[in-house]
Amino acid sequence: MSTMKTDAIIIGAGWAGSILAKELTEAGLSVTILERGDDRATATEGDYPSSIDELRGAIRHRLFQNLSQTTVTIRNTVDQTAVPYRRLAAFLPGEGVGGAGLHWSGVHFRVAPDDLALRTNIIARYGKSFIPEGMNLQDYDVTYEELEPFFDKAEKVFGTSGEPHTIRGKVAGKGNPFAPDRSDAFPLPPMKDVYSATLFKTAAANVGYHPYSLPAANASAQYTNPYGVQMGPCNFCGYCSGYDCYMYSKASPNVNILPALRQDPKFTLVTKAHVLKVNLDSDGRKATGVTYLDLRTRQQVELRADLVIISAFQFHNVHLMLLSGIGQPYDPVRNTGTVGRNFVYQTITTSRAWLPARHYTNQFVGAGGAGVAIDDFNSLNFDHGPLGFVGGAPVWVNQAGVKPIAAAIGGPGGKAPTWGEGYKDALVDTYRHSLAIDAHGSNMAYRDVYLDLDPTYSDAYGQPLLRMTFTWKDNDIRMNQYVVSRIEPIMKAMGATRYALGTLKAGEPFDTRRYQTTHLGGGAVMGADPKTSAVNRYLQSWDVPNVFVIGASAFPQGMGYNPTGMVAALAYWSAYHIRTTYLKNPGPMVQA
Amino acid sequence: MKTPSSTRRTFIGGLLGSASFWLYSNHEVWADALAAGQAGPYTPRYFNEAEWRFLNAACERIFPTDGHGPGARSLGAPEFIDRQMDTPYGHGALWYMSGPFQNAPANLGYQLSLPPREIYRQGIAAADAYVRDHHDGRGFADLDAADQTTVLKALEQGDIALGSVPGHTFFEQLRQNTLEGVFSDPLHGGNKGLAGWTLLGFPGARADFMDWVNQDGAPYPFGPVSISGETA
Repeated sequence: MSTMKTDAIIIGAGWAGSILAKELTEAGLSVTILERGDDRATATEGDYPSSIDELRGAIRHRLFQNLSQTTVTIRNTVDQTAVPYRRLAAFLPGEGVGGAGLHWSGVHFRVAPDDLALRTNIIARYGKSFIPEGMNLQDYDVTYEELEPFFDKAEKVFGTSGEPHTIRGKVAGKGNPFAPDRSDAFPLPPMKDVYSATLFKTAAANVGYHPYSLPAANASAQYTNPYGVQMGPCNFCGYCSGYDCYMYSKASPNVNILPALRQDPKFTLVTKAHVLKVNLDSDGRKATGVTYLDLRTRQQVELRADLVIISAFQFHNVHLMLLSGIGQPYDPVRNTGTVGRNFVYQTITTSRAWLPARHYTNQFVGAGGAGVAIDDFNSLNFDHGPLGFVGGAPVWVNQAGVKPIAAAIGGPGGKAPTWGEGYKDALVDTYRHSLAIDAHGSNMAYRDVYLDLDPTYSDAYGQPLLRMTFTWKDNDIRMNQYVVSRIEPIMKAMGATRYALGTLKAGEPFDTRRYQTTHLGGGAVMGADPKTSAVNRYLQSWDVPNVFVIGASAFPQGMGYNPTGMVAALAYWSAYHIRTTYLKNPGPMVQA
Repeated sequence: MKTPSSTRRTFIGGLLGSASFWLYSNHEVWADALAAGQAGPYTPRYFNEAEWRFLNAACERIFPTDGHGPGARSLGAPEFIDRQMDTPYGHGALWYMSGPFQNAPANLGYQLSLPPREIYRQGIAAADAYVRDHHDGRGFADLDAADQTTVLKALEQGDIALGSVPGHTFFEQLRQNTLEGVFSDPLHGGNKGLAGWTLLGFPGARADFMDWVNQDGAPYPFGPVSISGETA
């Protein structure tokens, strides 16, 4: 085994890892990113037209994790035996440089400030008894005001297009009236609304809701970001989600950060480097570096460092903590430990409106981050008292570019056949004349929903797989059903000839066979109490203070908004405090 | 039946199961798919004659020829599926295929040890045997369209036990691959003449709607184009 030394090791070359690498090299550190996948460059494998091949892209998962090497096991309840997630379906982790930040859509939200202190806010409004038994409702221990400069910074790096509501307390545009105040405008004007989104905007306003154009990390115009890298204007080609954007319009670590980093002599990117564990010193209180497997040579390599940043995909972060012995594994029976606790997801269901045949929705036209949404039923923007659930959902038309294979396999919807006689009629009608409306909602954390190591299955490197114990709970199902019921007036107002409302069903278990969302969260959550959080407010491990764990793994609850904006802001927030506080005096930044 | 060259078979066989398989075979196999013959009737490489007859008949029932235009057979879906059998996907190299393999509730997903190639090989053999038992010795391809549809519906609903492959699993494999063949870029062997895309009004690889973001409900005016530049 060979041994080398660097100041900081960063595990994973997605958004969080790339942001930390940029910040730490700016602080003068030598930084090595270890990425287990391949290098990925938009100029070569993301080129037009070869990259816009639906079969190779979204269907055979060109940019996604190859499960043959490692996956997770899943069960719904603690009394079941977990079985492997053998085929990608319900969620789609990325692999390779850029990670999920390369194949994402680009919806780029900040956060609903109330969500950051959801426990405190729910108790203040409705009392402690409003929280259902078994729900681990928690605060982030960070405020919107503290994070605002980092949301602003991330938007400028991402080249985000959007319309503000208020800037420094003054109304500055027709943006989301529920959005928190901003210190500055979006770097680019909002994306255009496609026809479907326009219909939704008009109808939602007519029934008294507050529609706004989504903030999108899809460039509405040519843009140069603060790192000097350039983006081209989005042409609504529809190949965002699952693809690498041949137009250089969708923000990705590959386009927006790595071109600047790669020129820095203090920066090293090692691909095909699968980290097996973070090494700790003899008393387990300090990381000494990592051991990784070089997938090209099949040799183990020990890399030493003063600082280790775990910034892989959400559940890989938790997996690596468990494999390395960082923090105490969560035990749902004794309700002790924190690593694996508060594992969360999001609730997402799609409803569909069919329009008269003279209206063509041209659903192949789209941009992954663009669309029109309402926040009237998200976060604490409505009264939960009479409804009796915690959580909410933005509702939107987010026409990201519907491709024919996905549309055909998914079927025409409603009660139409999914093959054979009558199928083509219905498919043509749905593809040409319908539009989709999603309720993209929160998911709360529960005592018996968690992550741990599987006792039976292992990966290609002989390490135990991560085990998910997850299912839908009554609170979240009722939230979804309520919010979806609020879509019905929009359907009627837009003149739908018919519509189908998609909801979770009472008692329905989580189904791993159907794509829902890749917005998994929690498992290594941030907070004020080391008994209920794995990392402190700066995303620093309570147990091993020279380890920081960055990503959606830090979310105590699954929020209604898409997570990437929050992940990027937390990455910049953590990096700022590492630079200004930790590096001057390495040690715990919050006393346990 | 045409067989792949021995060098290619050795190459793929030697890499199967190694971490490098996906990396290297990816480019090789897709390039191979691209280079496959464009002219003349297609000769299957993976499926034998009986399987090929079954596959052609079943694809056509799933996506039939009708007033909307050609069905899966003339669109080349069987050819597409045959070619897919020699990709990493066909070999199961994109799936976690380590044991133990155990029964689990359906909502926890696929739990068989079979890659797509074997789902077809075992599924077709079992389905054809079932049909022969119930239709005086005639195979699936020799039934009339209505009887074929009845058999496929029974498979879909899990009413036929096929032994190693549950009927529903086999049917869903067939349905998904058929629709992939109908609607994927023709470079993969299906969607002949871009007729799948024409049916839906999908413009294929145009992928530039800068001037067509919002046409106030009017249809997009241009027909499809493929990655190789073919138009319809």
